[in-house]
Amino acid sequence: MDKLDKHGNKLVKLFTSTMLISTFTFGGGYVIVPLMKKKFVDELRWLQEDETLDYIAIAQSSPGAVAVNASILLGYRIAGVPGALVAILGTILPPMVILSVISYFYLSFQANPVVNAVLGAMRAGVAAVIINVVVRMGWGIVRQRKIVPVVVMLAVFAAVYFFKVSIILIILLCAALGVATALIESAREKKDGPSSDDDMRKI
Amino acid sequence: MVLLKLFLSFIQIGLFSIGGGYAALPLIQNQVVELHGWLTLSEFADVISIAEMTPGPIAVNSATFVGIQIAGIPGAIVATIGCILPSCVIVLLLAYLYQKYKTMTVMQGALAGIRPAVVSMIASAGLTILLLALFGSSAASLQNVDLKNAGIVLAGLAMSFWLDPNPILIIGGAGVVGLFFYVQGTLSGPARAIVDAAAGALVLLSVVLLAIADRRRRRAS
Repeated sequence: MDKLDKHGNKLVKLFTSTMLISTFTFGGGYVIVPLMKKKFVDELRWLQEDETLDYIAIAQSSPGAVAVNASILLGYRIAGVPGALVAILGTILPPMVILSVISYFYLSFQANPVVNAVLGAMRAGVAAVIINVVVRMGWGIVRQRKIVPVVVMLAVFAAVYFFKVSIILIILLCAALGVATALIESAREKKDGPSSDDDMRKI
Repeated sequence: MVLLKLFLSFIQIGLFSIGGGYAALPLIQNQVVELHGWLTLSEFADVISIAEMTPGPIAVNSATFVGIQIAGIPGAIVATIGCILPSCVIVLLLAYLYQKYKTMTVMQGALAGIRPAVVSMIASAGLTILLLALFGSSAASLQNVDLKNAGIVLAGLAMSFWLDPNPILIIGGAGVVGLFFYVQGTLSGPARAIVDAAAGALVLLSVVLLAIADRRRRRAS
């Protein structure tokens, strides 16, 4: 009974957290990254930072909205299929309610200068939040003192921002590169002598 | 029958929009404007700008909007469910595979290879939003820079690196500042002077409070 209660509490927490996050993801799916990191990595400690990046990669290469996909992965990780369903509900409820209200008087909403002033300023806030998370995560990768990830980071930025290369193509290429690196490293380790599999996992 | 049509149409949108956000727009336009004529092109343009102004995924936003226009609240619910159903099935399967195989060397390698790329994708999206906040739709140059928004970005950066609060506070706080600038813009004469002075005092006070909070935190750690 106690365990059931604990599980229920987790679901409630998951629901309220995803709902709060969804209410503030202005400007596309990526805004969910700093919000997810703060809530689930830093505050609740349900996830590790690397996992958020993995989730975004999977969410980005699957069909559908990135924020919805990310919340499915998150919910499933935390509480299985019920968790995924609760996270979906939390994610889609705020935009549904807001859009339902707005669609009844959308012309006046769109032309309203107060609304425009507030939303324009919030966009500036979103920019600050994203710069912060990019700097922190980018620093995490630079700090590993490996050349390949840093080169990949710079090349991908140029490819996405300037050349608009398909994101799915980039993810596939980087995955192939990563697999090749891991296989070469493990082959080299076998040659140099036995090493525990756990070492591989840490890389 | 219109509900079933909505459902089927948004299932296709959910299934074929890979990459999120703007990738979904041509698909939505094709289904909603061209195939079914549920919205006119200019109504569709309105949906895009509203979706940009409000939180949430653009596909969910347009599903709700179109659903309501066509069949009220039930329409909104049916369209939204249709739109997220394909992701639910596919991503749940991927989530299962990820949890099961994430400790494998091959999977570890693939994920490690992707991570730096994801950081860059976020950076690219962030730069787009930053330029939009600073220059709006005009060309990026020093004359065009929106000083108020530039100030908000700098203050937001200072806060997030210094105190690392919940990002929601920064986004919400930026909205409050935007509201303040709007109110201030409508005033003139002594009223404006009073508001300006009060705002200046408030900024000073909050810097002092932030400094105190920071010192406390440092002492605690």
